[in-house]
This record gives sequence, structure tokens and C-alpha cells, in this order.
Amino acid sequence: MRLFPETAEWIRISREWLVGLASSLGLAPVVGEAVGAVVLMLALFGLCAVIVMVLVYGERKISAHMQARLGPMRVGWHGALQLIADTIKLVIKESEIPSAAERGLYRAAPYLVFVAGFLALIALPWDRGVAPVQLNVGLLYLLAVGTPGVLGILIAGWSSGNKYSLLGGLRSAAQMISFEVPLVLSLLGVVMLAQTLDLQGLVAAQARVPYILLQPIGFLVFLTSAVAETNRNPFDIPEAESELTAGFHTEYGGIRFAYFYLAEYVNMFVLSMLGATLFFGGWHGPWLPGWFWMMAKTGVILFLFYWFRWTFPRLRSDQLMDLSWKVLTPLAFINILVTGLVLVLIQ
Amino acid sequence: MNPSPMPPLDQAPALATETLTLNMGPQHPSTHGAMRLILKLDGERVVSAQPDFGYVHRGMEKMAEALTYPQYIYLTDRLDYLSSILNEWSFCLACETLAGIQVPRRAEYLRVITGELCRLSSHLVWLGSMGMDLGAFTPLTYTFREREMILDLFDLLCGQRMTFNYLRIGGVSRDLPAGFADQARKFLRYFERLPDVYDQILSDNAIFLQRMRGVGVLDPAIARSHAVTGPSLRGSGMALDLRRSEPYSAYPEFQFDVVTRADGDALARYQVRVEEMKQSARIVAQALDGLPEGEVQAKVPRVFKPPVGEAYARVESSRGIQGFYLASDGTVKPTRCRIRVPSFANLSVLPKLLAGVKVADVVAILGSLDFIVPEIDR
Repeated sequence: MRLFPETAEWIRISREWLVGLASSLGLAPVVGEAVGAVVLMLALFGLCAVIVMVLVYGERKISAHMQARLGPMRVGWHGALQLIADTIKLVIKESEIPSAAERGLYRAAPYLVFVAGFLALIALPWDRGVAPVQLNVGLLYLLAVGTPGVLGILIAGWSSGNKYSLLGGLRSAAQMISFEVPLVLSLLGVVMLAQTLDLQGLVAAQARVPYILLQPIGFLVFLTSAVAETNRNPFDIPEAESELTAGFHTEYGGIRFAYFYLAEYVNMFVLSMLGATLFFGGWHGPWLPGWFWMMAKTGVILFLFYWFRWTFPRLRSDQLMDLSWKVLTPLAFINILVTGLVLVLIQ
Repeated sequence: MNPSPMPPLDQAPALATETLTLNMGPQHPSTHGAMRLILKLDGERVVSAQPDFGYVHRGMEKMAEALTYPQYIYLTDRLDYLSSILNEWSFCLACETLAGIQVPRRAEYLRVITGELCRLSSHLVWLGSMGMDLGAFTPLTYTFREREMILDLFDLLCGQRMTFNYLRIGGVSRDLPAGFADQARKFLRYFERLPDVYDQILSDNAIFLQRMRGVGVLDPAIARSHAVTGPSLRGSGMALDLRRSEPYSAYPEFQFDVVTRADGDALARYQVRVEEMKQSARIVAQALDGLPEGEVQAKVPRVFKPPVGEAYARVESSRGIQGFYLASDGTVKPTRCRIRVPSFANLSVLPKLLAGVKVADVVAILGSLDFIVPEIDR
């Protein structure tokens, strides 16, 4: 039994209200649909900013307590408004373009990186039957739209006209392409079990048993690759504070830097949500509404991201490649093989 | 139209590549101060590395000629700012050798206590920044927490946290304040379990070991020919520690081990320093227990005028052998002062160690050599 009405119900009602409003004003229903879509996009963008703020605040607080510090304490209660202050600072800051930069590409890169993360938000299952856009190949879409992000990073690294950025960009390209392979392969086991690429369907298939119990190796490979995909420590080689100062975004400041920052956290959020969807049973859970369970499970994976970042040293780039090609990819293949064999034997 | 056949792979023209010259520093998070490394890179591999110093040159040696001997003590704090007591110590030792002054035994003990606490805090800072260099942020905050306690002790002792100006020619500036010994013992008890905590966050970590083991192997012969000293030398298996091999002050009266490791890699240097922290704590505990009564300052004339002559005194600093050469013409100021700093000699092996390694290893090697730039530039 649920204490709250289904989120899907609310969305259906407001959508019907918009369409009804349009027709009562003498407009075609499609206008209502279009307005709804625009509102949805804006809402998603706003949601995206809010999510990133919560994530950054959470990371700063969690890392502070891991490090025997307090973290932000001055702005608002326990620093709760710190991120708003930071955002204002980033937005009003002068955005310099270095003289050695390739101006057009330099400007385009942050948006390219951000859009790649943002597009993924559209297909994610936020609750039972709730996704901004319902796709029957949602998983494929998610994996596909994330890919241009690496292009953005490569462009950023090359167009900055800085050697550290160039090294960071190249490292990043190598790393993200290498880890895309085990990432995708680790998800195949889940897809084989559920026999669908639809994210709602994948969650529905976990009504009784979350896939982390059936696919533990798949989850481990997924988690490791996800950390590498988002360039987070211990795989933050493209940024490598102590080697490359800040890697591909060394030369960025102000709002353009903010977009890289947004993209990093949005990517992290998307991958955590994907993990929660595919391995933790998504919106399944007793009593409380589905979105709450979805967010709680996402939070668990996000915490793992934070935990890794603040406890592990960084790998070297060649060791990283070894990990991807010699450990994770074979593991993912073995996982697929075993899953397939078991499926055949059961049937 | 026939497509032209592909040439066999081994005959395909080689991709034209060129080396990239990267100026690492003078402003760079891993050069720990204003130092420049001119790296020639072939992709991620270092072809050659050339350190470039002098960004924080203050003319410390020349300044000595314009100041009286006691006036110069506080400047020595600014050499290796993490082990200021040890710099003061070698300067005072040189002055005392010049003038033939006998330091009271209690003062020697106080020098040992403060000197070893200083070494301990210096190694703590190094441990934190070593982790930082490898991308682990958390150890830094832990080691700084402990260092803070040592700084509190110094604050109690001489009112300063970094540049102590505690030693005097012929002794120390003041006796231990009330409560110092108890607070120091409390710290030592607290510190006992800490090396294990650091092991948990760093040296038990597979990634850390992977990054450190076999990286930057320093051959004992090269170490010797480049006059590398201190933990970096002992990490290459050579047991040269002035506290033992050329005992000065009260060191013959204390039990401690000269820590060595045979491997010579970054991990060995790391282990030597962590082990040395334990030894320093051991020495401090012994000195606190056996602290003799008596004066803390020898009879030194108010105007210190050493006889004509020259003297060289050296001590085992946190980074190696730190020495002062002083020439006196019988006036209140030295005619010449020359400083031997460990970091400069230790870094002279850099071009040898860095050739052929990956960019990421540069940071690990720099960190494991533990250098202080103001000391190099003087």
C-alpha cells in the first residue's frame, strides 16, 4: 500500500490540464503538448542545477567529515547556502579566453560536455511509469548520448592552447574510450536477464530480486567503469590536480568552468541512477513513493563515488589501461558467458 | 580505376612525432614551492628533465656578512622552514665550534627534544603531501591534525609555530615552561598508534603500493656520487645518519635505530620516513625522562666575538645533512657564511631518476625525495 499518489498520475493530470487549457483557448491540442515539452525541459534544467548543488554540498560535507574537518559552515545553516553563493560567484565572474586558445572550439567545448550528460537525464526512470521521455531502447540511448562528452573534453584540452590541458584531454580520451567497453559489457548481463532495453521494463523485472544479487560481478565492473567514466578519483587522471594542475579545464574559468563542473556531477548522477535502476531495483520499495526509493538508491551509489574519491590515491595512466583491458573487460566477458550458460541451462 | 595497393605495415611511413617541452612550475602544485622542472616529453614518457632553481633566492649567505652572529639565528629558520630548529642547531654548533663554547647538558637535551619534535612534524607534513601528490587528499588533513599538536607544544615553548628562533649560541633561549613535559608525553602516547593509521590509509592500499613500488629507484652508487643524504640515502640501503655516525650533542645517550631500506625506490624512502617518525618519538620520550637539571645557557659574552678562524658544523636535518661553514675575522660579523643544504644535493639526482619515467611518476619521485625549495634557493 502506498501513502502517496503515484507521480505518474500527477504528470498525466497536469498534461491533460495543459491540453485542455489549449483547447479551451481555441488552440490545437499539439500546442498544449509543445508547451508541456518546453516546460518539462526547463524543469529538467532547473532540476539538474538543484541536483548538482545538492551533490556538491553533499560531497563537501561528506569529504569534510571524512577528513576531520567541518566543511562549509558560514553561509546559512551548516553552510547550506554555500552552493548558491558559489554559483553566483561563478556566474558573475569574468570569463577570459586565453590568447593561445582556438576561440570557437574553446567556447563550444563546455556546452558539448554538459549536453551529453543532460540528454541522459531525459530517459531515466524517476518513478514508476515516469520518465520525461519513454523509450523502448532507453538503455541503448543512455549509453549512446554519453559518448559525445569525451569529444567535448578532447576539444577543450586541445583548444585551450595549454600543454597540461592537451595532456589531460588526450588522457581523458584514452581513458573514457577504454572504460566505455567494460561499462557496456557489464550491463549486458542485466539485459540478458530482463530481455529488454526499456529502463522501465528493466526495473519492473526486478520486482522480487534486485539484479545486484544475480549480477554481483556485473555491478562491480559497472561501478569501477562508472567511476573511471566520470573521471573521478582514483581514476581522475585527466584532471590529476598534482600532475596536470587541472587537466583539460586548466584554462577555463567563470561560467564555462561551471559547465564542466555541472557536467561532472550530472554524469556522476546519471551513472549512479543507472546503477540504481539496473542493479538496485530502481523505484521498487515498500510504503514510500517510488521516487524516494529511486533517489535513496542513487544516493547509496553516489556515496560510494565520494568514498572512493576521498580515500584512494590516483592510478597511473598505464595502470589504468591495464585495469580496463586486462581485468575489467575479461571479467565482463566471463560474466556474460556465465549468465548466458545459466539462462540456457534453466530454460 | 585501380585503387593503389596498401603498403605493408612495416613499410608504412612512420608517424612523425616530436617531443613536447613542458615547464613544470615554477607555479605547480607538486613542485612544493617555486621550482621549475623543464620536462621533455614523448607522449606520457619523460625523455629528459632539468630542474631549475633560484625563484626564492634571498641571498641568505650574503646576508650573514651584514648581521652579527646572534642576529642571524632567526634567519636560519627561513631555510628549511619545516625543520627550523635543526637549521638553528647547525648554525649555533658552528658558532660554538668557532668560539669553543661548551653547551650545558640540559640545553643539549632541550635541543634534542625540540629538534626531534621538529623532525617529526616535518615528516608529518611530508607524509600528507606525499599522499596529496598521488591524489589521496585525506592523509594530508590527518597528518596536519597531528602536526598541529606539535606546533601547540612549540607555541607553549617559544610563542612561535613555524620560525621558532629558540636556540642561542651556547644554549637555548628559555627552559621548558610548566606543563610542557606532560603535554609532550600526552602527544607521544597519542602518536604511538598513528603510524598504523597511516598504514591503513596509505601503505596498505594496493593503488599506493602500485604507484610507489619500483618507481624512481636510486642506485646507492649514484646516491653516493651525488652526495644524497638523509632518508633518501637510507632508502637506498646506506646507513649514514650523523646522529649515529658522527654523534653530536646528547645523541650518544639515546637508544634509537638508524632506519634503512635496501630497495631504493619511492616506497623504500616512504617506509624509512614513516619508521623515522617512530624513532624520533622514541628519542623525545627518552630525553623527557632523562632530562638533567641545570642551566640552559652557557656563559657567552654579551657581544659575541669569536676568535679568527673558520668552522664547519653539520647536523642530521629532516632531509639530510645540513651544515654551516663560518669564517670569522674576530669581529661581531662573519666574513663568510656558506650553507650546505640537503635538498639541493638530493635533487641533483633528478635528471637521472626522471629520464624514461611516466609523467605521473615524476610527481611520485619528487614527493618521495622530500625537498624544500627555500632551502635550495637560500
